[in-house]
Amino acid sequence: MLCQLRKPTDPNLLVGIETADDAGVYKLDENTALIQTVDFFTPIVDDPYMFGQIAAANSLSDVYAMGGKPLTVMNIVAFPMCKLGPEVLLKILEGGQDKVAEAGAIIVGGHTVDDDEPKFGLSVTGLCHPDRVLTNANAQPGDWLILTKPVGTGVLATAARADMFPAGVEAASLSMAALNRKAAEVMARHTVHACTDITGFGLLGHIYEMAVGSKTDIQIEAKSVPLLPEAAEAAAMGLVPGGAYDNRNYLSSVRFAEAVPECLRDLFFDPQTSGGLLMSVAESEADNLLADLLQAGIREAAIIGRVTKIGAGEIYVY
Amino acid sequence: MSINVDARGLGCPQPVIATKKALESIASGVITTIVDNATAKENVAKLAAASNCGVSITETNGHFYIKITKGDTPTETSLADEDTSSSVGEGVVYLITQDTMGHGSKELGAVLMKSFMYTVLESRPQPKAIMFVNSAVQLTIAGSPVLEHLKQLAERGVEVLSCGTCLDYYNLKDKLAVGGVTNMFTIVETMAAAPKAVTI
Repeated sequence: MLCQLRKPTDPNLLVGIETADDAGVYKLDENTALIQTVDFFTPIVDDPYMFGQIAAANSLSDVYAMGGKPLTVMNIVAFPMCKLGPEVLLKILEGGQDKVAEAGAIIVGGHTVDDDEPKFGLSVTGLCHPDRVLTNANAQPGDWLILTKPVGTGVLATAARADMFPAGVEAASLSMAALNRKAAEVMARHTVHACTDITGFGLLGHIYEMAVGSKTDIQIEAKSVPLLPEAAEAAAMGLVPGGAYDNRNYLSSVRFAEAVPECLRDLFFDPQTSGGLLMSVAESEADNLLADLLQAGIREAAIIGRVTKIGAGEIYVY
Repeated sequence: MSINVDARGLGCPQPVIATKKALESIASGVITTIVDNATAKENVAKLAAASNCGVSITETNGHFYIKITKGDTPTETSLADEDTSSSVGEGVVYLITQDTMGHGSKELGAVLMKSFMYTVLESRPQPKAIMFVNSAVQLTIAGSPVLEHLKQLAERGVEVLSCGTCLDYYNLKDKLAVGGVTNMFTIVETMAAAPKAVTI
Protein backbone atom coordinates (compact mmCIF):
# COMPACT_ATOMS: atom_id res chain seq x y z
CA MET A 1 0.00 0.00 0.00
CA LEU A 2 2.76 2.43 0.98
CA CYS A 3 4.35 2.12 -2.46
CA GLN A 4 1.46 4.18 -3.82
CA LEU A 5 2.50 7.14 -1.69
CA ARG A 6 5.19 9.67 -2.42
CA LYS A 7 8.58 8.39 -1.26
CA PRO A 8 10.35 10.52 1.34
CA THR A 9 13.75 11.80 0.29
CA ASP A 10 16.30 12.42 3.02
CA PRO A 11 19.95 11.41 2.87
CA ASN A 12 19.75 10.17 6.45
CA LEU A 13 16.91 7.76 5.72
CA LEU A 14 18.79 4.47 5.50
CA VAL A 15 15.82 2.11 5.19
CA GLY A 16 12.46 3.41 4.04
CA ILE A 17 9.40 1.84 2.55
CA GLU A 18 10.82 0.60 -0.77
CA THR A 19 11.99 -2.91 0.08
CA ALA A 20 9.15 -4.05 2.32
CA ASP A 21 11.52 -4.25 5.25
CA ASP A 22 10.68 -4.75 8.91
CA ALA A 23 11.34 -1.26 10.21
CA GLY A 24 12.46 2.19 9.19
CA VAL A 25 16.03 3.27 9.93
CA TYR A 26 17.17 6.89 10.21
CA LYS A 27 20.78 7.94 10.69
CA LEU A 28 21.27 10.39 13.58
CA ASP A 29 25.06 10.71 13.39
CA GLU A 30 28.13 8.72 12.33
CA ASN A 31 27.67 6.19 15.11
CA THR A 32 23.95 6.04 15.72
CA ALA A 33 20.88 5.18 13.68
CA LEU A 34 17.30 5.14 14.91
CA ILE A 35 15.10 2.10 14.21
CA GLN A 36 11.33 2.55 14.39
CA THR A 37 8.54 0.04 14.00
CA VAL A 38 4.94 -0.54 15.01
CA ASP A 39 2.66 -3.58 15.01
CA PHE A 40 -0.56 -4.53 16.77
CA PHE A 41 -3.24 -7.16 16.33
CA THR A 42 -6.26 -8.92 17.78
CA PRO A 43 -5.84 -11.71 20.39
CA ILE A 44 -4.51 -14.98 19.00
CA VAL A 45 -4.55 -16.83 22.33
CA ASP A 46 -7.19 -16.87 25.07
CA ASP A 47 -4.90 -16.05 27.98
CA PRO A 48 -4.54 -12.23 28.22
CA TYR A 49 -1.11 -12.30 29.89
CA MET A 50 0.21 -14.62 27.17
CA PHE A 51 -1.35 -12.40 24.49
CA GLY A 52 0.48 -9.39 25.94
CA GLN A 53 3.78 -11.26 25.86
CA ILE A 54 3.27 -12.44 22.30
CA ALA A 55 2.24 -9.02 20.99
CA ALA A 56 5.32 -7.46 22.61
CA ALA A 57 7.72 -10.15 21.36
CA ASN A 58 6.25 -9.72 17.89
CA SER A 59 6.72 -5.94 17.84
CA LEU A 60 10.22 -6.06 19.36
CA SER A 61 11.24 -8.61 16.76
CA ASP A 62 11.31 -6.04 13.94
CA VAL A 63 14.10 -4.17 15.72
CA TYR A 64 16.10 -7.38 16.20
CA ALA A 65 15.61 -8.25 12.53
CA MET A 66 17.29 -4.97 11.54
CA GLY A 67 20.30 -5.76 13.74
CA GLY A 68 19.33 -3.28 16.44
CA LYS A 69 18.61 -3.07 20.16
CA PRO A 70 15.19 -1.93 21.41
CA LEU A 71 15.35 1.13 23.63
CA THR A 72 11.90 2.59 24.30
CA VAL A 73 8.37 1.38 23.73
CA MET A 74 4.86 2.87 23.47
CA ASN A 75 1.79 0.71 24.02
CA ILE A 76 -1.05 0.79 21.51
CA VAL A 77 -4.32 -0.48 22.97
CA ALA A 78 -7.85 -0.85 21.69
CA PHE A 79 -10.14 -2.32 24.31
CA PRO A 80 -13.85 -2.85 25.10
CA MET A 81 -13.57 -1.75 28.73
CA CYS A 82 -17.29 -2.29 29.53
CA LYS A 83 -17.39 -5.78 28.05
CA LEU A 84 -14.13 -7.26 29.31
CA GLY A 85 -13.26 -5.13 32.33
CA PRO A 86 -9.98 -3.56 33.46
CA GLU A 87 -8.54 -6.82 34.92
CA VAL A 88 -8.17 -8.36 31.48
CA LEU A 89 -6.49 -5.25 30.10
CA LEU A 90 -4.15 -5.18 33.07
CA LYS A 91 -3.08 -8.79 32.35
CA ILE A 92 -2.38 -7.91 28.72
CA LEU A 93 -0.30 -4.89 29.72
CA GLU A 94 1.59 -6.91 32.34
CA GLY A 95 2.46 -9.53 29.72
CA GLY A 96 3.73 -6.79 27.44
CA GLN A 97 5.67 -5.08 30.20
CA ASP A 98 7.40 -8.27 31.31
CA LYS A 99 8.46 -9.04 27.77
CA VAL A 100 9.72 -5.49 27.21
CA ALA A 101 11.73 -5.78 30.46
CA GLU A 102 13.20 -9.07 29.24
CA ALA A 103 14.27 -7.22 26.10
CA GLY A 104 16.07 -4.63 28.20
CA ALA A 105 13.82 -1.82 26.97
CA ILE A 106 11.38 0.44 28.83
CA ILE A 107 7.76 1.47 28.30
CA VAL A 108 7.54 5.25 28.14
CA GLY A 109 3.87 5.72 27.34
CA GLY A 110 1.01 4.63 25.18
CA HIS A 111 -2.51 5.30 24.04
CA THR A 112 -5.82 3.49 24.56
CA VAL A 113 -9.03 3.80 22.56
CA ASP A 114 -12.36 2.15 23.25
CA ASP A 115 -13.14 -0.46 20.62
CA ASP A 116 -15.46 -3.46 20.18
CA GLU A 117 -12.58 -5.88 19.78
CA PRO A 118 -9.36 -5.87 21.83
CA LYS A 119 -6.14 -5.07 20.00
CA PHE A 120 -2.67 -4.67 21.43
CA GLY A 121 0.78 -3.97 20.15
CA LEU A 122 3.81 -1.74 20.52
CA SER A 123 5.59 1.01 18.76
CA VAL A 124 9.26 0.26 19.34
CA THR A 125 12.25 2.54 18.98
CA GLY A 126 15.71 1.01 18.85
CA LEU A 127 19.27 1.88 18.03
CA CYS A 128 21.97 0.42 15.88
CA HIS A 129 25.20 1.47 14.19
CA PRO A 130 24.44 3.00 10.78
CA ASP A 131 27.06 0.78 9.13
CA ARG A 132 25.62 -2.36 10.68
CA VAL A 133 22.00 -2.10 9.63
CA LEU A 134 20.68 -5.44 8.42
CA THR A 135 18.02 -5.34 5.73
CA ASN A 136 16.33 -8.12 3.83
CA ALA A 137 17.85 -6.84 0.59
CA ASN A 138 21.51 -7.89 0.73
CA ALA A 139 21.49 -11.70 0.47
CA GLN A 140 24.45 -12.88 -1.62
CA PRO A 141 24.60 -15.75 -4.11
CA GLY A 142 26.14 -18.73 -2.31
CA ASP A 143 24.68 -17.72 1.09
CA TRP A 144 22.95 -20.24 3.28
CA LEU A 145 19.69 -19.43 5.03
CA ILE A 146 19.18 -20.06 8.73
CA LEU A 147 15.76 -19.94 10.42
CA THR A 148 15.62 -19.60 14.21
CA LYS A 149 12.04 -20.62 15.08
CA PRO A 150 9.73 -23.40 13.85
CA VAL A 151 6.76 -22.48 11.63
CA GLY A 152 3.07 -23.28 12.06
CA THR A 153 1.70 -20.63 14.46
CA GLY A 154 -1.19 -19.69 12.14
CA VAL A 155 -2.29 -23.29 11.65
CA LEU A 156 -2.06 -23.97 15.39
CA ALA A 157 -3.98 -20.78 16.22
CA THR A 158 -6.71 -22.20 13.97
CA ALA A 159 -6.40 -25.53 15.80
CA ALA A 160 -6.83 -23.65 19.09
CA ARG A 161 -10.15 -22.25 17.86
CA ALA A 162 -11.17 -25.81 17.02
CA ASP A 163 -10.12 -27.04 20.50
CA MET A 164 -7.73 -29.50 18.92
CA PHE A 165 -4.02 -30.38 19.14
CA PRO A 166 -3.49 -28.84 22.64
CA ALA A 167 0.18 -29.85 22.78
CA GLY A 168 0.91 -28.08 19.50
CA VAL A 169 -1.11 -25.04 20.55
CA GLU A 170 0.87 -24.78 23.80
CA ALA A 171 4.17 -25.08 21.96
CA ALA A 172 3.05 -22.39 19.51
CA SER A 173 2.23 -19.99 22.35
CA LEU A 174 5.65 -20.44 23.93
CA SER A 175 7.38 -20.04 20.57
CA MET A 176 5.45 -16.84 19.77
CA ALA A 177 6.21 -15.38 23.21
CA ALA A 178 9.95 -16.09 22.86
CA LEU A 179 12.04 -13.01 22.09
CA ASN A 180 14.39 -12.99 19.13
CA ARG A 181 16.88 -11.18 21.37
CA LYS A 182 19.37 -14.02 21.81
CA ALA A 183 19.26 -14.87 18.13
CA ALA A 184 19.97 -11.21 17.31
CA GLU A 185 22.86 -11.07 19.78
CA VAL A 186 24.43 -14.17 18.26
CA MET A 187 23.85 -12.74 14.80
CA ALA A 188 25.71 -9.53 15.74
CA ARG A 189 28.87 -11.58 16.35
CA HIS A 190 28.83 -12.92 12.79
CA THR A 191 28.89 -11.43 9.31
CA VAL A 192 25.27 -11.86 8.30
CA HIS A 193 24.41 -10.38 4.89
CA ALA A 194 20.64 -10.04 5.25
CA CYS A 195 17.97 -10.68 7.86
CA THR A 196 14.22 -10.49 8.25
CA ASP A 197 11.70 -11.88 10.68
CA ILE A 198 8.97 -14.28 9.62
CA THR A 199 5.50 -12.84 10.19
CA GLY A 200 2.26 -12.36 8.26
CA PHE A 201 3.46 -13.22 4.76
CA GLY A 202 4.58 -16.65 5.96
CA LEU A 203 7.97 -18.27 5.51
CA LEU A 204 7.81 -18.19 1.72
CA GLY A 205 6.44 -14.65 1.57
CA HIS A 206 9.37 -13.29 3.54
CA ILE A 207 11.84 -15.46 1.63
CA TYR A 208 10.34 -14.06 -1.57
CA GLU A 209 10.81 -10.48 -0.34
CA MET A 210 14.41 -11.26 0.54
CA ALA A 211 15.01 -12.84 -2.87
CA VAL A 212 13.43 -9.97 -4.81
CA GLY A 213 15.03 -7.30 -2.61
CA SER A 214 18.44 -8.94 -3.04
CA LYS A 215 17.90 -9.73 -6.75
CA THR A 216 18.67 -13.40 -6.18
CA ASP A 217 17.03 -16.83 -6.54
CA ILE A 218 16.53 -19.02 -3.49
CA GLN A 219 16.04 -22.75 -2.96
CA ILE A 220 14.51 -24.22 0.19
CA GLU A 221 14.84 -27.81 1.35
CA ALA A 222 11.38 -28.65 2.67
CA LYS A 223 12.43 -31.31 5.17
CA SER A 224 14.96 -29.00 6.81
CA VAL A 225 12.38 -26.41 7.83
CA PRO A 226 11.64 -26.75 11.57
CA LEU A 227 7.94 -27.27 12.33
CA LEU A 228 5.97 -26.79 15.54
CA PRO A 229 4.69 -30.06 17.00
CA GLU A 230 1.41 -31.28 15.47
CA ALA A 231 1.44 -28.44 12.92
CA ALA A 232 1.69 -30.81 9.96
CA GLU A 233 -1.16 -32.97 11.27
CA ALA A 234 -3.33 -29.91 11.86
CA ALA A 235 -2.62 -28.56 8.36
CA ALA A 236 -3.37 -31.93 6.77
CA MET A 237 -6.70 -31.95 8.60
CA GLY A 238 -7.72 -28.67 7.04
CA LEU A 239 -7.02 -26.33 9.96
CA VAL A 240 -5.41 -23.85 7.58
CA PRO A 241 -6.16 -20.13 8.02
CA GLY A 242 -7.43 -18.13 5.07
CA GLY A 243 -4.29 -16.00 5.21
CA ALA A 244 -2.22 -19.01 4.15
CA TYR A 245 -4.28 -19.30 0.97
CA ASP A 246 -3.99 -15.55 0.40
CA ASN A 247 -0.22 -15.85 0.69
CA ARG A 248 -0.23 -18.84 -1.65
CA ASN A 249 -2.27 -16.96 -4.26
CA TYR A 250 0.02 -13.95 -4.04
CA LEU A 251 3.11 -16.18 -4.33
CA SER A 252 1.96 -18.18 -7.34
CA SER A 253 5.46 -17.97 -8.84
CA VAL A 254 6.92 -20.20 -6.10
CA ARG A 255 7.65 -23.66 -7.53
CA PHE A 256 7.55 -26.93 -5.58
CA ALA A 257 9.03 -30.33 -6.30
CA GLU A 258 6.22 -32.83 -6.71
CA ALA A 259 7.36 -34.75 -3.62
CA VAL A 260 6.74 -31.83 -1.21
CA PRO A 261 3.48 -32.76 0.55
CA GLU A 262 0.59 -30.33 0.61
CA CYS A 263 0.60 -29.96 4.39
CA LEU A 264 4.19 -28.66 4.25
CA ARG A 265 3.34 -26.24 1.43
CA ASP A 266 0.48 -24.91 3.54
CA LEU A 267 2.79 -24.47 6.53
CA PHE A 268 5.32 -22.58 4.41
CA PHE A 269 2.54 -20.16 3.35
CA ASP A 270 1.07 -20.04 6.88
CA PRO A 271 1.05 -16.48 8.30
CA GLN A 272 3.27 -16.41 11.38
CA THR A 273 2.96 -14.32 14.51
CA SER A 274 6.25 -13.46 16.18
CA GLY A 275 8.15 -15.88 13.97
CA GLY A 276 11.87 -16.47 13.93
CA LEU A 277 14.69 -14.58 12.27
CA LEU A 278 15.74 -15.64 8.79
CA MET A 279 19.44 -14.96 8.28
CA SER A 280 21.40 -15.07 5.06
CA VAL A 281 25.03 -15.88 5.75
CA ALA A 282 28.10 -16.89 3.74
CA GLU A 283 28.46 -20.66 3.36
CA SER A 284 31.84 -20.55 5.12
CA GLU A 285 30.26 -19.03 8.22
CA ALA A 286 26.91 -20.84 8.26
CA ASP A 287 28.02 -23.79 10.38
CA ASN A 288 29.65 -21.54 12.97
CA LEU A 289 26.60 -19.32 13.20
CA LEU A 290 24.30 -22.32 13.55
CA ALA A 291 26.50 -23.83 16.25
CA ASP A 292 26.50 -20.53 18.17
CA LEU A 293 22.70 -20.26 17.91
CA LEU A 294 22.26 -23.80 19.24
CA GLN A 295 24.81 -23.04 21.98
CA ALA A 296 22.77 -19.96 22.96
CA GLY A 297 19.74 -22.16 23.52
CA ILE A 298 17.97 -21.54 20.22
CA ARG A 299 17.40 -25.23 19.77
CA GLU A 300 15.13 -25.11 16.75
CA ALA A 301 17.56 -23.12 14.59
CA ALA A 302 18.27 -24.84 11.28
CA ILE A 303 19.80 -24.29 7.87
CA ILE A 304 16.81 -24.43 5.54
CA GLY A 305 18.10 -23.45 2.12
CA ARG A 306 20.48 -21.37 0.08
CA VAL A 307 20.73 -18.38 -2.20
CA THR A 308 21.57 -20.04 -5.50
CA LYS A 309 22.35 -17.21 -7.89
CA ILE A 310 21.64 -13.68 -9.04
CA GLY A 311 18.08 -13.68 -10.31
CA ALA A 312 14.64 -12.15 -10.34
CA GLY A 313 13.45 -13.71 -7.08
CA GLU A 314 12.62 -17.25 -8.18
CA ILE A 315 11.85 -19.57 -5.28
CA TYR A 316 12.07 -23.34 -5.58
CA VAL A 317 11.11 -25.69 -2.73
CA TYR A 318 12.29 -29.30 -2.96
CA MET B 1 -26.38 -43.07 5.48
CA SER B 2 -26.31 -39.58 4.06
CA ILE B 3 -25.77 -36.34 5.99
CA ASN B 4 -25.82 -32.75 4.82
CA VAL B 5 -23.68 -30.21 6.67
CA ASP B 6 -24.58 -26.66 5.75
CA ALA B 7 -21.52 -24.66 6.81
CA ARG B 8 -22.32 -21.54 4.81
CA GLY B 9 -21.72 -18.35 6.74
CA LEU B 10 -19.40 -20.06 9.24
CA GLY B 11 -15.88 -18.76 9.81
CA CYS B 12 -12.71 -20.84 9.72
CA PRO B 13 -12.33 -23.47 11.26
CA GLN B 14 -16.05 -24.15 11.94
CA PRO B 15 -16.79 -25.91 8.61
CA VAL B 16 -13.97 -28.38 9.32
CA ILE B 17 -15.20 -29.02 12.87
CA ALA B 18 -18.81 -29.54 11.76
CA THR B 19 -17.73 -31.92 8.99
CA LYS B 20 -15.42 -33.79 11.35
CA LYS B 21 -18.29 -34.32 13.81
CA ALA B 22 -20.50 -35.64 11.02
CA LEU B 23 -17.73 -37.97 9.81
CA GLU B 24 -17.24 -39.33 13.31
CA SER B 25 -20.96 -39.98 13.68
CA ILE B 26 -21.14 -42.55 10.88
CA ALA B 27 -19.24 -45.72 10.07
CA SER B 28 -19.78 -45.34 6.36
CA GLY B 29 -21.85 -43.24 4.03
CA VAL B 30 -21.91 -39.91 2.28
CA ILE B 31 -21.59 -36.47 3.81
CA THR B 32 -22.20 -33.39 1.74
CA THR B 33 -20.77 -30.24 3.27
CA ILE B 34 -21.87 -26.95 1.73
CA VAL B 35 -19.54 -23.95 2.13
CA ASP B 36 -19.42 -20.48 0.62
CA ASN B 37 -15.72 -19.66 0.43
CA ALA B 38 -12.58 -21.15 -1.11
CA THR B 39 -10.71 -21.45 2.20
CA ALA B 40 -13.45 -23.61 3.71
CA LYS B 41 -13.68 -25.64 0.50
CA GLU B 42 -9.96 -26.47 0.54
CA ASN B 43 -9.91 -27.15 4.27
CA VAL B 44 -12.91 -29.50 4.25
CA ALA B 45 -11.40 -31.34 1.25
CA LYS B 46 -8.16 -31.72 3.23
CA LEU B 47 -10.06 -33.13 6.19
CA ALA B 48 -11.75 -35.67 3.90
CA ALA B 49 -8.43 -36.71 2.37
CA ALA B 50 -6.79 -36.98 5.81
CA SER B 51 -9.69 -39.18 6.92
CA ASN B 52 -9.12 -41.49 3.93
CA CYS B 53 -12.47 -40.58 2.41
CA GLY B 54 -13.35 -40.04 -1.21
CA VAL B 55 -14.09 -36.44 -2.08
CA SER B 56 -15.64 -34.63 -5.01
CA ILE B 57 -16.54 -30.97 -5.27
CA THR B 58 -19.07 -29.13 -7.38
CA GLU B 59 -19.65 -25.40 -7.45
CA THR B 60 -23.02 -23.74 -7.91
CA ASN B 61 -23.36 -19.96 -7.75
CA GLY B 62 -20.31 -19.54 -5.55
CA HIS B 63 -21.38 -22.29 -3.14
CA PHE B 64 -19.24 -25.40 -2.97
CA TYR B 65 -20.85 -28.82 -2.46
CA ILE B 66 -18.21 -31.13 -1.04
CA LYS B 67 -19.31 -34.72 -1.26
CA ILE B 68 -17.36 -36.96 1.12
CA THR B 69 -17.66 -40.72 0.87
CA LYS B 70 -16.62 -42.64 3.98
CA GLY B 71 -15.92 -46.36 4.14
CA ASP B 72 -16.78 -48.79 1.33
CA THR B 73 -18.77 -47.03 -1.31
CA PRO B 74 -21.84 -49.17 -1.87
CA THR B 75 -23.09 -48.37 -5.35
CA GLU B 76 -26.67 -48.20 -4.13
CA THR B 77 -25.73 -45.25 -1.94
CA SER B 78 -24.38 -43.28 -4.85
CA LEU B 79 -27.26 -44.32 -7.08
CA ALA B 80 -29.84 -43.50 -4.45
CA ASP B 81 -28.19 -40.15 -3.98
CA GLU B 82 -30.39 -38.01 -6.18
CA ASP B 83 -28.38 -34.89 -5.49
CA THR B 84 -28.09 -32.80 -8.63
CA SER B 85 -24.43 -32.27 -7.88
CA SER B 86 -23.52 -35.94 -8.21
CA SER B 87 -21.97 -35.48 -11.62
CA VAL B 88 -18.30 -35.42 -10.65
CA GLY B 89 -16.34 -38.59 -10.19
CA GLU B 90 -18.63 -40.85 -12.14
CA GLY B 91 -17.69 -39.74 -15.61
CA VAL B 92 -15.43 -40.75 -18.38
CA VAL B 93 -11.62 -40.92 -18.29
CA TYR B 94 -9.74 -39.19 -21.12
CA LEU B 95 -6.25 -40.22 -22.15
CA ILE B 96 -4.67 -37.39 -24.15
CA THR B 97 -1.72 -38.65 -26.21
CA GLN B 98 -0.56 -35.55 -28.09
CA ASP B 99 -0.45 -31.79 -27.67
CA THR B 100 -2.77 -31.13 -30.62
CA MET B 101 -5.97 -32.91 -31.65
CA GLY B 102 -6.10 -35.34 -34.55
CA HIS B 103 -3.70 -35.87 -37.44
CA GLY B 104 -3.09 -33.30 -40.18
CA SER B 105 -2.54 -29.59 -39.70
CA LYS B 106 -0.80 -28.83 -36.37
CA GLU B 107 -2.32 -25.36 -36.39
CA LEU B 108 -5.83 -26.72 -36.75
CA GLY B 109 -5.02 -29.43 -34.18
CA ALA B 110 -4.09 -26.77 -31.60
CA VAL B 111 -7.36 -24.93 -32.17
CA LEU B 112 -9.29 -28.19 -31.87
CA MET B 113 -7.54 -29.14 -28.64
CA LYS B 114 -8.43 -25.79 -27.09
CA SER B 115 -12.01 -26.17 -28.21
CA PHE B 116 -12.08 -29.75 -26.88
CA MET B 117 -10.92 -28.73 -23.39
CA TYR B 118 -13.38 -25.84 -23.33
CA THR B 119 -16.23 -28.17 -24.27
CA VAL B 120 -15.20 -30.72 -21.63
CA LEU B 121 -15.15 -27.91 -19.09
CA GLU B 122 -18.67 -26.82 -20.02
CA SER B 123 -20.31 -30.22 -20.37
CA ARG B 124 -21.92 -32.44 -17.71
CA PRO B 125 -21.32 -34.94 -16.32
CA GLN B 126 -17.71 -33.99 -15.81
CA PRO B 127 -15.00 -36.53 -16.54
CA LYS B 128 -13.42 -38.37 -13.62
CA ALA B 129 -9.89 -37.86 -14.88
CA ILE B 130 -7.88 -36.46 -17.77
CA MET B 131 -4.44 -38.01 -18.20
CA PHE B 132 -1.66 -36.68 -20.40
CA VAL B 133 1.06 -38.79 -22.02
CA ASN B 134 3.83 -38.17 -24.54
CA SER B 135 3.73 -34.69 -26.15
CA ALA B 136 0.38 -34.02 -24.47
CA VAL B 137 2.26 -33.16 -21.25
CA GLN B 138 2.96 -29.83 -22.96
CA LEU B 139 -0.68 -29.01 -22.22
CA THR B 140 -0.24 -29.11 -18.44
CA ILE B 141 2.82 -26.87 -18.18
CA ALA B 142 3.17 -23.12 -17.69
CA GLY B 143 2.20 -21.25 -20.84
CA SER B 144 -0.11 -23.97 -22.14
CA PRO B 145 -3.04 -22.60 -24.19
CA VAL B 146 -5.47 -24.80 -22.22
CA LEU B 147 -3.95 -24.23 -18.77
CA GLU B 148 -6.87 -22.15 -17.48
CA HIS B 149 -9.43 -24.75 -18.60
CA LEU B 150 -7.45 -27.50 -16.89
CA LYS B 151 -7.05 -25.48 -13.71
CA GLN B 152 -10.80 -24.98 -13.55
CA LEU B 153 -11.41 -28.67 -14.15
CA ALA B 154 -8.93 -29.56 -11.41
CA GLU B 155 -10.64 -27.14 -9.06
CA ARG B 156 -13.93 -28.88 -9.70
CA GLY B 157 -12.45 -32.18 -8.64
CA VAL B 158 -11.45 -33.64 -12.00
CA GLU B 159 -8.14 -35.46 -11.67
CA VAL B 160 -5.57 -33.89 -14.00
CA LEU B 161 -2.56 -36.18 -14.26
CA SER B 162 0.62 -35.94 -16.31
CA CYS B 163 2.90 -38.85 -17.10
CA GLY B 164 6.10 -38.42 -15.09
CA THR B 165 8.29 -40.27 -17.56
CA CYS B 166 7.03 -38.00 -20.33
CA LEU B 167 7.66 -34.82 -18.33
CA ASP B 168 11.19 -36.06 -17.70
CA TYR B 169 11.72 -36.93 -21.35
CA TYR B 170 10.72 -33.46 -22.51
CA ASN B 171 12.53 -31.90 -19.53
CA LEU B 172 9.35 -30.20 -18.34
CA LYS B 173 9.03 -31.48 -14.77
CA ASP B 174 9.82 -28.07 -13.29
CA LYS B 175 7.21 -26.38 -15.48
CA LEU B 176 4.20 -28.49 -14.54
CA ALA B 177 1.48 -25.96 -13.73
CA VAL B 178 -1.67 -27.98 -13.08
CA GLY B 179 -2.56 -31.31 -11.51
CA GLY B 180 -0.28 -34.09 -10.38
CA VAL B 181 2.29 -36.47 -11.80
CA THR B 182 1.34 -40.09 -12.45
CA ASN B 183 2.85 -43.33 -13.68
CA MET B 184 1.81 -46.07 -16.09
CA PHE B 185 0.45 -48.25 -13.30
CA THR B 186 -2.01 -45.54 -12.21
CA ILE B 187 -2.89 -44.74 -15.82
CA VAL B 188 -3.77 -48.38 -16.54
CA GLU B 189 -5.65 -48.76 -13.26
CA THR B 190 -7.64 -45.56 -13.76
CA MET B 191 -8.60 -46.52 -17.31
CA ALA B 192 -9.54 -50.05 -16.29
CA ALA B 193 -11.71 -48.80 -13.44
CA ALA B 194 -13.48 -46.16 -15.52
CA PRO B 195 -16.99 -46.77 -16.86
CA LYS B 196 -15.67 -45.37 -20.15
CA ALA B 197 -12.12 -44.50 -21.21
CA VAL B 198 -11.52 -42.42 -24.33
CA THR B 199 -8.17 -41.88 -26.05
CA ILE B 200 -7.62 -38.60 -27.86
